[in-house]
Amino acid sequence: MPGQLHLQFPSPDNLCIVLAGSWLLADSRPAPDDIALQLQSRSDLHRICFDGSAVTQWDSGLLTFLARVYQLADEHKIDIDPGGLPDGARRMMKLATAVPPKEDTGKHSEHPPLLERIGLRSLSMWRAAPEMLHFLGEVTLSFGRLFRGTAQFRRSDLMLVIEDVGPHALPIVSLISFLVGLIVAYMGAVQLAQFGAQIYIANLVSLGMTREMGALMTGIIMAGRTGAAYAAQLGTMQVNEEIDAFRTMGFNPIDFLVLPRMLALVLMMPLLVLYAGIVGITAGMFVAVTVFDISTFEYYQQTVRSMEWAHIWVGVIKGTVYGVLIAFAGCLRGMQCGRSAQAVGEATTSAVVTGILFIVIAASLLTILFEELGI
Amino acid sequence: MEATTVLHKTDPDAHITVEDLTMAYGDFVIQRDLNFTIPRGNIFIIMGGSGCGKSTLLRHMIGLKAPASGKVLFDGISYWESAPAEQQRIKRGFGISFQSGAMWSSLTLAENVALPLGEYTDLAAADIAEVVALKLSLVGLSGFEEFYPSEISGGMQKRAALARAIALDPEILFFDEPSAGLDPISSRRLDDLILELRDSLGTTIVVVTHELASIFAIGDNAVFLDAETRTMIATGNPKTLRDESPDPGVRRFLNRGEI
Repeated sequence: MPGQLHLQFPSPDNLCIVLAGSWLLADSRPAPDDIALQLQSRSDLHRICFDGSAVTQWDSGLLTFLARVYQLADEHKIDIDPGGLPDGARRMMKLATAVPPKEDTGKHSEHPPLLERIGLRSLSMWRAAPEMLHFLGEVTLSFGRLFRGTAQFRRSDLMLVIEDVGPHALPIVSLISFLVGLIVAYMGAVQLAQFGAQIYIANLVSLGMTREMGALMTGIIMAGRTGAAYAAQLGTMQVNEEIDAFRTMGFNPIDFLVLPRMLALVLMMPLLVLYAGIVGITAGMFVAVTVFDISTFEYYQQTVRSMEWAHIWVGVIKGTVYGVLIAFAGCLRGMQCGRSAQAVGEATTSAVVTGILFIVIAASLLTILFEELGI
Repeated sequence: MEATTVLHKTDPDAHITVEDLTMAYGDFVIQRDLNFTIPRGNIFIIMGGSGCGKSTLLRHMIGLKAPASGKVLFDGISYWESAPAEQQRIKRGFGISFQSGAMWSSLTLAENVALPLGEYTDLAAADIAEVVALKLSLVGLSGFEEFYPSEISGGMQKRAALARAIALDPEILFFDEPSAGLDPISSRRLDDLILELRDSLGTTIVVVTHELASIFAIGDNAVFLDAETRTMIATGNPKTLRDESPDPGVRRFLNRGEI
């Protein structure tokens, strides 16, 4: 039998709710609308009692119903006598009402208006700037300690990070550089072939890969690969209170965690950029030789003739700067991470976005700078 | 069906039966030859020193880790020999409160409790909201619906986790170290709540703990796992074990080493 509900009035100021049948969450149960009506219309009611002797089975279905009745009674300042309820239900309701609802929790679920949101967002971005500067300062101090030889970190940690950042990144850097070299060669060749100057593919590719694309593509790969990994590692350590543990035991977490990571990327980026350039030039040669009938030797000669040490230096310097920025963004977001899985995800996303943003800004500035300097 | 016959020989009331269970990580055996029965509506304690495999035993019972050998039976049905659909059905009857809460951090408390309700019942959104409010009020967290787990204290997270565990009115509730990290009053309240859930709803409750006050306050029956011999060395009512266990190790444990 599904749940049933009758209202009785043993005396004018007394409402007795008679419950019967099965009050399971899965079944259909009567709603307390009738009771609400009665409470509204009869102002002389002072007490609600129950008769639950005919209830056959119950679970949270009955309890949610009772919670509503309790709430109604509270609104109308009417006493509740739970004596007639099934034993367990009576005790569960006592438990449920033991701690009054926490009000004034400072939680507002409604959305603030648009302008307010824009203002709040701007303020929080404004406040983030000093935090970033503070971190920059700490990292600078840490590098100072490194050069004086007083920075505390484990050399084996540095080696592990270097291995992960350098050799382990080779496959993906090879693939992307090769494809980028291929694209540059093809795009240039189609234009150059119009006036029979295919041989200048070599100039285009070698210049493009060493000066610009090698560093840029490696930077973007490393932002996605290593910057994200740094943020996730440090963020998870933040969640597990590992970073607090370092602090309390007198280790500087910047020295111990951030320094080796920055150092590894700064050391490995130039090498990766050089490697990316070589792979890109090889890809260009592959296109020139197989599609545009240039001999390997001609291509090699042309490449050597077009290359200058300055191009290589420009690429390596750019790559190193990108490395610093990627490591900085990754470590910054990791150290700023909140204390939940959600926060680790946000830190990782933010590390990659910040890293790529830094790279693109730096790329523009450096290109203009080198142009002005005439290098 | 063989399992059912074995079960009826021992105890018709048995809700959970562990038979000749051996737990191992690879070749490394954690515990072997575990045999015990948990009657319906019982509060059963899994106890033992740190590192003896209490939590691992719980992981075997809640279907997270397959035994190296032996069986875990629910109402006579062997969990690890059942088809995935049957395992799913058995698991539907579980409510689990993990050691550190394991609240989903991207959801608010209300959404955490509502998720299983939305997934496994046909309730309307308004009904779900009522049940969520009720469950949170049962653990004393009324008014915290819109909070994210990272915004409340560790003890509150554990209570919220209990609200999620009881969302579906489970037949069996598993607790891993329920009172670790709680203050004595919250811990006592949690014990009362566990007792209340058993008394009111007839829930079978399995608790992993080494909190002596809790063990004596709520435990009907217990199993004691020993790290040295890698097997269980005692079963029975914790108070009886404290006073009368033939094993000095068990008595020492239950008397806080003062023996």
